[in-house]
Amino acid sequence: MKAYQRIYTRLEGITKATVSLRAKGVSNEELAVVAGKLAQVVRTKGDLVTLQVFSGTEGIPTDAEVCFLGEPPTLKVSEQLSGRFFDAYGHPIDGGPEVEGEERQIGGPSVNPYKRRQPSQLIPTGIAGIDLNNTLVSGQKIPFFADPDQPYNQVMANVALRADVDKIILGGMGLSNDDYLFFRHSFEAAGALDKIICFINTTENPPVERLLVPDMALTAAEYFAVEKNEKVLVLLTDMTLYADALSIVSNRMDQIPSKDSMPGSLYSDLAKIYEKAVQLPTEGSITIIAVTTLNDGDITHAIPDNTGYITEGQLFLRADSDTGKVIIDPFRSLSRLKQLVQGKKTREDHSQVMNASVRLYADAQNAKTKLENGFDLSDYDHRCLAYAKDYARELLAIDVNISIEEMLNTAWKLFARYFSPAETGIKQAFIDKYWVQ
Amino acid sequence: MKTKGIVTGIVSNLVTVKVDGPVAENEICYIDLQGVKMMAEVIKVNGDIASVQVFESTRGLKGGDTVEFEGRMLEVQLGPGLLSSVYDGLQNNLATMTEVFLQRGEYTDPLDREKKWDFTPLAQAGDKVIAADWLGEVKEGWLPHKIMVPFSFKGEYTVKSVKEAGQYTVDEVIAVLINEEGEEIKVTMVQKWPVKVAVKGYKEKPRPSRVMETGVRVIDTLNPIAEGGTGFIPGPFGCGKTVLQHAIAKQGDADVIVMAACGERANEVVEIFTEFPELIDPHTGRHLMERTTIICNTSNMPVAAREASVYTAMTICEYYRAMGLKCLLLADSTSRWAQALREMSNRMEELPGADAFPVDLSAIISNFYARAGMVVLNNGQTGAVTFIGTVSPAGGNLKEPVTESTKKAARCFYALEQGRADQKRYPAVGPLESYSKYLDYPEIVEYLDETVEKGWVDKVLHAKNLIRRGKEASEQINILGDDGVPMSYHVNFWKSELIDYVILQQDAFDAIDALCPMERQRFMLDLVLELCDKDYEFEDYEKCRDFFKNLINELRQMNYSAWESEQFWAYNESVKKMIA
Repeated sequence: MKAYQRIYTRLEGITKATVSLRAKGVSNEELAVVAGKLAQVVRTKGDLVTLQVFSGTEGIPTDAEVCFLGEPPTLKVSEQLSGRFFDAYGHPIDGGPEVEGEERQIGGPSVNPYKRRQPSQLIPTGIAGIDLNNTLVSGQKIPFFADPDQPYNQVMANVALRADVDKIILGGMGLSNDDYLFFRHSFEAAGALDKIICFINTTENPPVERLLVPDMALTAAEYFAVEKNEKVLVLLTDMTLYADALSIVSNRMDQIPSKDSMPGSLYSDLAKIYEKAVQLPTEGSITIIAVTTLNDGDITHAIPDNTGYITEGQLFLRADSDTGKVIIDPFRSLSRLKQLVQGKKTREDHSQVMNASVRLYADAQNAKTKLENGFDLSDYDHRCLAYAKDYARELLAIDVNISIEEMLNTAWKLFARYFSPAETGIKQAFIDKYWVQ
Repeated sequence: MKTKGIVTGIVSNLVTVKVDGPVAENEICYIDLQGVKMMAEVIKVNGDIASVQVFESTRGLKGGDTVEFEGRMLEVQLGPGLLSSVYDGLQNNLATMTEVFLQRGEYTDPLDREKKWDFTPLAQAGDKVIAADWLGEVKEGWLPHKIMVPFSFKGEYTVKSVKEAGQYTVDEVIAVLINEEGEEIKVTMVQKWPVKVAVKGYKEKPRPSRVMETGVRVIDTLNPIAEGGTGFIPGPFGCGKTVLQHAIAKQGDADVIVMAACGERANEVVEIFTEFPELIDPHTGRHLMERTTIICNTSNMPVAAREASVYTAMTICEYYRAMGLKCLLLADSTSRWAQALREMSNRMEELPGADAFPVDLSAIISNFYARAGMVVLNNGQTGAVTFIGTVSPAGGNLKEPVTESTKKAARCFYALEQGRADQKRYPAVGPLESYSKYLDYPEIVEYLDETVEKGWVDKVLHAKNLIRRGKEASEQINILGDDGVPMSYHVNFWKSELIDYVILQQDAFDAIDALCPMERQRFMLDLVLELCDKDYEFEDYEKCRDFFKNLINELRQMNYSAWESEQFWAYNESVKKMIA
């Protein structure tokens, strides 16, 4: 503890997430301990100070001891972070010792946009719904949009373990204990523990604590990317629960809610996290893959909506009734950075093949609608439907694990199986070169 | 004597300050945080309490910290060297900052003070001049950059002396003027202007009468934007807003382009300053970056500076307009700016309007759009600021305050549609919902008659009508089934698909198709309309579909072929044969 401490013992007000008291010389965003619980200054008005208590205010009396620590939340960073599991405050939960290292304020400043480099390194995942249609690039930020019943954590773990990166940092917010153990076992089973760092808030922990998790994970990520020039992949799951925690705090502070009872600053709050994804001028990079759970596929809700405007695309998981598999929906999914690598780091025909295959899949959806409305299908419609089934099974399903070259060849095979070259609308030069006779 | 104050309250970036003297609305002040001076702007005054929005993170700020007021509003410096620069929303030069991370309170000079510019005088001793009159000229890249009587000068002045041709830095005195009171006033190449005030300094603002070419068919052909016009692009995420805006920035026929990245992704800005220095301006053959200024307040940069960024960008455009140049301002996205206003309004506990936005949102937006326009300068030459903003409607729903307010202010509407994006029909500009009010301007109709071809606007309206007819036919086919409608419905549907695939859709990532000059657009529309105006007989709808699919394929290959190349004419021949 610091030599100079300011201690108060009278609270003026208490809500479920905040306490307020009269205090002097308090700095914005500094930490305090309220009846043994960690809290942070969120508002001062004259000498009236409002503190957000991370673990909730249950049991805090009006005569609680409040001790200001003079500093915003920090994390000690060093190589010792590798392979460790922490709670939202950065304390070990794996029984290991405290980490020694340089103490850094979390939620620090942004990278000067002029110092960034354009992302250009492909991150192959083996999943064609990603690599073929929505290619990932290092330095990108992209969430999975998924209903709660989709296996998003499994897909994310697969992607993380197949990606060629130096560190994987997991920020778990409101994870069920089972999911936490799932991640832990997957990482262990893959023998990847030495490159993993986890900051975990489970459903057993208070929700407001979650607000610390992304900043903790990203402070660690910045240390390895900036100081050690490493390629860091940050996994954040589930950002919807993070946003829920934001709305709890803003509500307790009597702020006027905007759409879907979310705080008006939701966009900026989420952007501050996602924009930490960066390709640095050195080799170092931070890539963020997140999960935003949806309510019944509704992407117009404020959380996925704001997320979509911030992130560089989204990967949409959906159960496909034709094949009975979970697929990456080619219509709603998008990787905004894909053109930085498609045809540049991959084969020249990549983007045309991708567009043609999705367009034909869309035609199949139209045929399906016709079928549902009881109309006769044309020969073309029948071919589209047959193609759609193969396309979903051989390429869109999340259990596919092949190289991008194989994905392209598979697509050309499917084109030749069901269509004429003109029906694909692909540039003649590529038809001449790649059409399967 | 500067007004001083002390901090009394902090909520995020809204700080209340008790002041000891006069303060003005929008006045700039600096808050001292342990030696770091953080810039802030007054947004409300109540008694001796001023509410200021801080352009930095307020972490660590304490009640009792001191504040000093500057007696001026937020200003930008205008002078040679603005082009090819990358600024933040407060016009700090991001390129000259040394650290990888943005440091709080680090403000860098927007202009190069050492560089010498080749100056040529344009005025002579004895000339009578007023604000915005040209005194001299320097070459900024290839552009003639006029050194003007500062916009803030009131009344008439007599030129006492102008420096002879030679090399000078921006801070050297290049002219001495005498005002009506007989006082001498020195003028350098740099002037300052408060960003929230529109630059006047022109004779009149007539209606726009020329079209600004963008090389994007769905804009130039179907919904052209005028030079000095205004337009906006609303669309849900993932509909290609950014790609479309970058295409306009790369290809737009303008002398100066200012891009305001307002609360958007940093990687998109990186894309601009990685690619633009390599790309060539199709109109001048010069590097694109030479005509471009980037104002960049990405989504993770301080929220309050977001608002400043669009004003800074507009002021720079107005400055170049006063030199008789054609400027294009692209702001992505104005919704983020509106959200920044909402955040502040919310923290000040103002009574909210719709969706918690401030009630004067609509007025703020229309005032801003009104700063665009074509102007006739004092010397009779013309300049223009064309403004295209993007809007990011929450949930993709266009019935929200920012879209609705912008619709009232902007003359062109380019609605991006989720459905078209899902089908990868890019650019996903909806052909029927989108409009350009300039097509109703007799000046524009006449201009297109002369520059494109006689009766052009009628052709465009005809094409739109064919699309509408096709849509109706497609709805009927969906209800009644392929066999349930007469053949003419199928023909109408496929004619609209023909226009859609060949005119509306355009491959922004194909070296040839990305940029379609007006002459080529004329050729393609004429060709497509010729095909559409023919009567067709088919045995059954499958034959109809196959015929049009083949036709579309040939025409798309034509779009991918170099203009008037052998290949191009070969496809043209083959199309002609198909309809013979």
